[in-house]
Amino acid sequence: MKAVETRSLRHTYPARSNAKPGMALKGIDFSVEPGEVFGFLGPNGSGKTTLFKILSTLIEPSEGTAFIFGCDVVKNVDEARKKMGIVFQYPSLDKMLTVEENLTSQGHLYGLSGAPLKKRVEEMMDRFGLTPRRGESVQHLSGGYRRRVELAKGLIHSPELLILDEPSTGLDPAARREFWETIGALKKKNGMTVLVTTHMGEEGDKCDRLAIMYEGEIIATGTPDELKSGIGGDVITIHSGQPDALLDTIDTKFGVRPVLLDGVIRMELPRGHEMIPKIVEAFPGKITAISMGKPTLEDVFVHKTGRMLWLAGEGADAPKEAKGE
Amino acid sequence: MPRRRPKVNNLMLAVWSLWRREMVRFYRDRSRVIGGLVPPVIFWFFIGSGLSGSFSVGSGDTALNYRQYFFPGTLVLIFLFTAVFSTISIIEDRREGFLQSVLVAPVPRMAIVLGKLFGSASLAFLQGMPFFIAAPFIGLHLTLSSLLISLFILFGVAFSLAGVGFFIAWRMDSTQGFHAIMNMGLIPLWLLSGALFPIHNIPGWLAMLVRLNPLTYSIAALQHELFPPGAIPDLPPLGFCVAVIVIFSLATLCAAVFITQRGRDQ
Repeated sequence: MKAVETRSLRHTYPARSNAKPGMALKGIDFSVEPGEVFGFLGPNGSGKTTLFKILSTLIEPSEGTAFIFGCDVVKNVDEARKKMGIVFQYPSLDKMLTVEENLTSQGHLYGLSGAPLKKRVEEMMDRFGLTPRRGESVQHLSGGYRRRVELAKGLIHSPELLILDEPSTGLDPAARREFWETIGALKKKNGMTVLVTTHMGEEGDKCDRLAIMYEGEIIATGTPDELKSGIGGDVITIHSGQPDALLDTIDTKFGVRPVLLDGVIRMELPRGHEMIPKIVEAFPGKITAISMGKPTLEDVFVHKTGRMLWLAGEGADAPKEAKGE
Repeated sequence: MPRRRPKVNNLMLAVWSLWRREMVRFYRDRSRVIGGLVPPVIFWFFIGSGLSGSFSVGSGDTALNYRQYFFPGTLVLIFLFTAVFSTISIIEDRREGFLQSVLVAPVPRMAIVLGKLFGSASLAFLQGMPFFIAAPFIGLHLTLSSLLISLFILFGVAFSLAGVGFFIAWRMDSTQGFHAIMNMGLIPLWLLSGALFPIHNIPGWLAMLVRLNPLTYSIAALQHELFPPGAIPDLPPLGFCVAVIVIFSLATLCAAVFITQRGRDQ
């Protein structure tokens, strides 16, 4: 049985809703194996939050079906809900309650009570290093600690699947690292299936497999390595005061088609190290910085969509390409 | 694996847990205690004292001064305001994110509604009881049965009005909007219930509105229990009043549950 499976999932927001009206999901098909850490990588507005809301049973899809360990999220919603723990992008804690009270009341909602619940709450506080702060009201905790309480809350009923929406929003790098270590441990020790949405390429790298989303569709699926191997060779980026002037010349002189994105010239090519001295010599004084690297997931996204991951959702202009053929 | 419980137990556990949360939150935010109780009491004291000389109902043994007449009305005002305005926390729960984790939990929506309605009714009792136990001191006599019936009626007032508050609050994003709507609706409802003036001698069109007002029957039932028999002429029978209160409570409960069922398409 698949941990998560969807069949031609579509969603259209009604015209009067708070969300942007129109089709947010245009037929999503994917499946996740038990024990996998699966990521959805895409910019804001790519539909991943809508997908998260459907899987977490917050909204019903307009068309299509989704299954959590074989349970239909619409027809068999209670069973599906029991199988998953959900961590929202925005906090879901009651700030006036203590750490322990938050976990206890969450346990009640999942049918736990009495001694078994008490034991489970102790276990969770222990596991996330919350025991010393159990009696503190949540409003006095730092962002990192609150995120730990959110995680503990999502795991209180020992779910088989954990779903997280943009989990590292608002976390500093140390807290983010700690968070991903926890996810790794959950997978390893408990064989937990984890589904996570993100708009950050480096988070996508932590997943076993991921789907890249853009404008309500999945445009690529695979392991991070598989996705990156779709780009041949190296990626060179050039910062310059006059990027437009450089763009055409690079094309005619070297036969590579660079792309200008967010003021930065970017090109993919094999054996990039040979090209760098040539470019630097061709434009004396015009280049402020030039760098070369192996493709990242960010590059995969640019390659597939022609847009930058963090800009794509905000109505960015289409990328400018060199005019010559 | 967590122990599986029957569905009804799960519902009651969730209701109890959500009710308890309301109590804890109230206890930790004690400034709210003053807000619900003091204004109506001040209202009662000044209006009651001011009109005492020029107002009287009944005669002889059954005569009532205005402070006495206005007592059930004030009591209902405290219960009504506390219950309705405590449902505002639904808007805060939604805004602060707590509600989303309840919405995706395997509990029926009914649990959310009942937890909130019982919570609101309990808060109304906490605020209203200090005033209620003052009744003997202003010359209103309570027997055990009239005390119990009065408490039942006041519970009905709080529970049903909390249902109305829940119904309105569920779809709202701003607490200001909620205040505006509820004030617009509640004040006339209260004014036209016999809380402020007797209704046996008013123009026909007004009497019609009063008769359609469910709150009228709560006031009438309290007048049955708190005033000497016959003090107020033409009161509807107690049984009828209680029936109206029960039906109105069930109707608002159903409305509140209904609105939460439609909430999954935003």
